[in-house]
Amino acid sequence: MPQLGADMAAGRLVAWYKQPGDAVKKGDIIAEVDTDKGAIDVEVFTSGVVEKILVQPGEKVPVGTPLAIILEAGEGPTPSPPTPAAPPAPAGERQRVSPVARKVAAELGVELASVRGTGPGGAVTRADVERAAARQPTPATPTAPPPAPPAPPGEADRRARMRQAIAAAVTRSKRDIPHFYLSTTIDLHRATTWLGEQNATRPVADRLLAGALFLKAVALALRDVPELNARWEGPKVVRSDAIHVGVATFLREGGLVAPALHDTDRLSLDDLMRKLRDLVNRARQGELRSSELSDPTITVTSLGEQGVETVYGVIYPPQVAIVGFGKIVERPWSLGGQVVSRPLVTATLSADHRVTDGHRGGLFLAAVDARLQEPSRL
Amino acid sequence: MTRITYRDAVRSALREALASDSRVFLMGEDVGRYGGAYAVSRGLLEEFGPERIRDTPLSESAFLGAGIGAALGGMRPIVEVMTVNFSLLALDQVVNNAATLRHMSGGQLSVPLVVRMATGAGRQLAAQHSHSLEGWYAHIPGIRVLTPATVADAYGMLLAALREPDPVFIFEHALLYPVEGDFDPASGVADIAHAAVRRAGTEATVIAYGGSVGKALQAADQLAAAGVEVEVLDLRTLRPLDDETILTSVRKTRRAVIVDEAWRTGSLAAEVSARITEGAFYDLDAPVARVCSAEVPIPYAKHLEDAALPQPAGIVTTVRELLGTTRG
Repeated sequence: MPQLGADMAAGRLVAWYKQPGDAVKKGDIIAEVDTDKGAIDVEVFTSGVVEKILVQPGEKVPVGTPLAIILEAGEGPTPSPPTPAAPPAPAGERQRVSPVARKVAAELGVELASVRGTGPGGAVTRADVERAAARQPTPATPTAPPPAPPAPPGEADRRARMRQAIAAAVTRSKRDIPHFYLSTTIDLHRATTWLGEQNATRPVADRLLAGALFLKAVALALRDVPELNARWEGPKVVRSDAIHVGVATFLREGGLVAPALHDTDRLSLDDLMRKLRDLVNRARQGELRSSELSDPTITVTSLGEQGVETVYGVIYPPQVAIVGFGKIVERPWSLGGQVVSRPLVTATLSADHRVTDGHRGGLFLAAVDARLQEPSRL
Repeated sequence: MTRITYRDAVRSALREALASDSRVFLMGEDVGRYGGAYAVSRGLLEEFGPERIRDTPLSESAFLGAGIGAALGGMRPIVEVMTVNFSLLALDQVVNNAATLRHMSGGQLSVPLVVRMATGAGRQLAAQHSHSLEGWYAHIPGIRVLTPATVADAYGMLLAALREPDPVFIFEHALLYPVEGDFDPASGVADIAHAAVRRAGTEATVIAYGGSVGKALQAADQLAAAGVEVEVLDLRTLRPLDDETILTSVRKTRRAVIVDEAWRTGSLAAEVSARITEGAFYDLDAPVARVCSAEVPIPYAKHLEDAALPQPAGIVTTVRELLGTTRG
């Protein structure tokens, strides 16, 4: 079961698209999984033949549970699936945990070994687990939303669970990540002029949007300041070679997702635009692929369409930065002693101070600005 | 709404049943001229005559068997056995006849028999008059076992029992007869299928029946004074047990204490405990606890009798143990 977001602890397998004996290749969609953020197509990361299906449709399993066994070419059948190792028993006396406390701890992602029991004989009770969940400084596993009802959730349920999933992620982010915030105003005269020229000769369906320029500029700026393109795998940061920008996308029924535009820095603007449209459409129709949810290395959020000038985002763990763009506004701008009217945008950076600092953040925003001054090279 | 005693409530139900249905009659030891060992039937002989208020010889097997025969013949007999201790003499009639005839006749025979008897200790009547054996009866398929704990149930359960097509055993705790309670003369037939929440609470469920319900409520009062709100559940019907109400309450409070004046080993409390473990294990915050009588013949001496029986203080202590150190 892939982890499709920092806030995901478990997923329900909806359907298998491949059966034992079917050949699969890397990138194929093999199954559909229901998460708090919608139904997601699960891709396979290796090529081979499906040997055995381990999780049946309807089952809900924790993240990390093997879903199926795929034999790579030349591999013999495996005798039996590796069973997950039991957690090591604490040294000395076995910890007492009440049945309901154990159940709730699993649901809330609370590590029982760290919970002090107040029940009979020092047993951990449900109230102890709930208190620990509320206080937990650095959960070993992300806090999961309350258990889903066994029946397939209705739309209202789905919305409530999405809200709970977002709540868990942003709460963890604000609790664990020391955010710092920078902003800069960028002159978009060159960018919008170039965009106007480009779009004048294009059919409506192929027109480029300023948002595509922002995404590409961010992706290229990350090449200059790679430490922001990373994942915090506490206590250390792991930089990512690939640049997958997550695009914050609001959903019409409420809530949001930020699926990855894979290899954003290597896409031509036309490709980027096409993929962006496809990604947003699929996000709103609940047809995202698993890698799109698990892969973003940074997020870009734009609230310009809503008339917002400045947006300071909440970092989506385990990412270490989020970049915000407001609306493009015509404003007086001083240039060589002359006040002129220019299209301006405020770009912001929220970054994890454990990983980086204001100096590097400033360089990054300057790099975004510089890239947007050379639109033809984006 | 008036205040009457439990004894008067049973008598009111008897009088109403005798007056409204000519098939109903009462028989047992000393129920007529003496007015009943616990004075429940006082005045009924004068009111309804010796045909319908019948004194029997001291032979439980004979008069309980006679009740079965009368029921088979279309009557609605109410048999009073002086105490559950003496009812053992008639246990063969119960287990081998009353409880089996519907099944062994393929449904052709029906035994609409009502048997009432006193149970329980607390009156210094010594071991042979003080045991609580209703749990034994609750073991037997084919009969229904009721334990009215309130004035309203003492009245309404007897009327309900007379409407059942199969044998119903009603156990009246001897300490309850002089207890007063609210009574609505228009209340009619009581529900005999469900347990009742006598006091709502959140921290633990104290499950009791019959004479122990009042003790559970006293314990709940003491705990509430210390800020601990426990739920008190009155089982009311021991067979069939109302699993749904029991499990619903325990799932809410996550802890259960069962109070049963019978001995712990092989008790009804053991059965309730097992059902909670079977049905609500993953909702429990503590092992199910039981407060039962000491495993001795119930003593005569007052201080020893008190020590042998479940008491409110013991219920309070047990609830506190289940709460652990969460609450002082």
